[in-house]
Amino acid sequence: MNVEYFFYLLIFPGLLFTSVLGLVVGWVDRKVSARFQFRVGPPFLQNFNDFFKLLGKETMIVKDGLHSLFILAPFVSFGMLVLVSAMIGVALFYGLGFGGDLIVVMYLLMIYSVMVVLGGAATGNVYSSLGAGREIKLLLADELAFIFVCLVPIIKAGYELQLDKILAFQAAEGAFIGSVSGFLAFIIGLLCIQAKMTLPPFHIPEAETELVEGPFMEYSGPPLAFWKLNHLIMYVTFPFLLILLLLGGFNLSGWGILWAVLKYLLIVVLMIIIKNTNPRIRIDTALNFFWKYATPIGLVALILAVLGV
Amino acid sequence: MGWYNKRLAKSIWVFHVSASPCNNCDIEILDLLTPKYDIERFGIKLVGSVRHADVILLSGVINDKVAPKVRKIYKQAPKPCFVVGFGTCPASGCCFKDSHNVEHKREEVIPIDLYIPGCPPQPEAMIAGVAKLMGVLNA
Repeated sequence: MNVEYFFYLLIFPGLLFTSVLGLVVGWVDRKVSARFQFRVGPPFLQNFNDFFKLLGKETMIVKDGLHSLFILAPFVSFGMLVLVSAMIGVALFYGLGFGGDLIVVMYLLMIYSVMVVLGGAATGNVYSSLGAGREIKLLLADELAFIFVCLVPIIKAGYELQLDKILAFQAAEGAFIGSVSGFLAFIIGLLCIQAKMTLPPFHIPEAETELVEGPFMEYSGPPLAFWKLNHLIMYVTFPFLLILLLLGGFNLSGWGILWAVLKYLLIVVLMIIIKNTNPRIRIDTALNFFWKYATPIGLVALILAVLGV
Repeated sequence: MGWYNKRLAKSIWVFHVSASPCNNCDIEILDLLTPKYDIERFGIKLVGSVRHADVILLSGVINDKVAPKVRKIYKQAPKPCFVVGFGTCPASGCCFKDSHNVEHKREEVIPIDLYIPGCPPQPEAMIAGVAKLMGVLNA
């Protein structure tokens, strides 16, 4: 074993970096949302305070329900997200990868939704179960479109499944978003991210006003802190994945750093704008939207990519 | 625990319990979230589930029907958890104090840490009350 791998996993693109960046970007989200509503918004360290406060609270465990699954779900999904972030980050910052790592990334990203379903259903609470059921439906809705989005760069890079080779191809030939199929894939990918992160308009599983946080309703203390952190880590994972697959990665030298930050903030701010300008839609509307519109457009992007447009 | 209390003071999540109120205070609470008073700048936010709460905001005079439920909600809250009696009703019973179905020993139903009197209290009074709670935590 190499010591560098532990550094990658635990410090730089992995655990520490994604957690801290996630908490900071969570503040950007709350601040920009507040400015949208003409409010002042929370202070810079708000998400850090929230996280450390929740770590010190009592953990309540519901009497009926599966306790082991209830406690394990947030920590397993946290581990999965850190692993995915480390894989994407290593490809982005160091240009390392292994054969077929994009497939692994797609699988691990799905595990988060599965863990939300298991953790929510393990409580035996009616609202949590309803939220878990909705999460399954949302996963069924957005997964195929998301796979199409991931397939477009694979095909455009000459049927290459390795993250760093996709990146190297873009560095040589220009970012995929410049082409028609890449642009379509970017738009569908943005909407899929919105659904995978359960942000408005797709916050159907945790619908605050009717399901009171849905699957996370019965969580308190450290497990809840990790659910909140997971949600914020996804603000790092998914934009990085989109940047890697479609926007041509980062060039970390000279002015490239500013350009990299702008690319990242562009995606995050687009997500926040979609979040703040849309009300929640019903679950059948979401299924309709993904199966009737987003997935066919993804398929069109796929066919265009095969044709080389 | 000084460090932890400071974190707690900066991130108070509030769960609102309507224990048979006249609905006047409940409407007034929503003012705190509006752009004018924006209470999120102190890190305070309203949460939907009592499991996430640090402060239970209790409005209304507790009557016999809701008393067991209020007791249960307090047991479900993860500690440390504070209870703020909101409006004149939890403090003194207001104009309902002589009703036949009102719980007279409210302190036995739920231990209230802080009272914000007023019928309903001004939003400024609510912010002042919460700031007092923060002051106690920061001390």
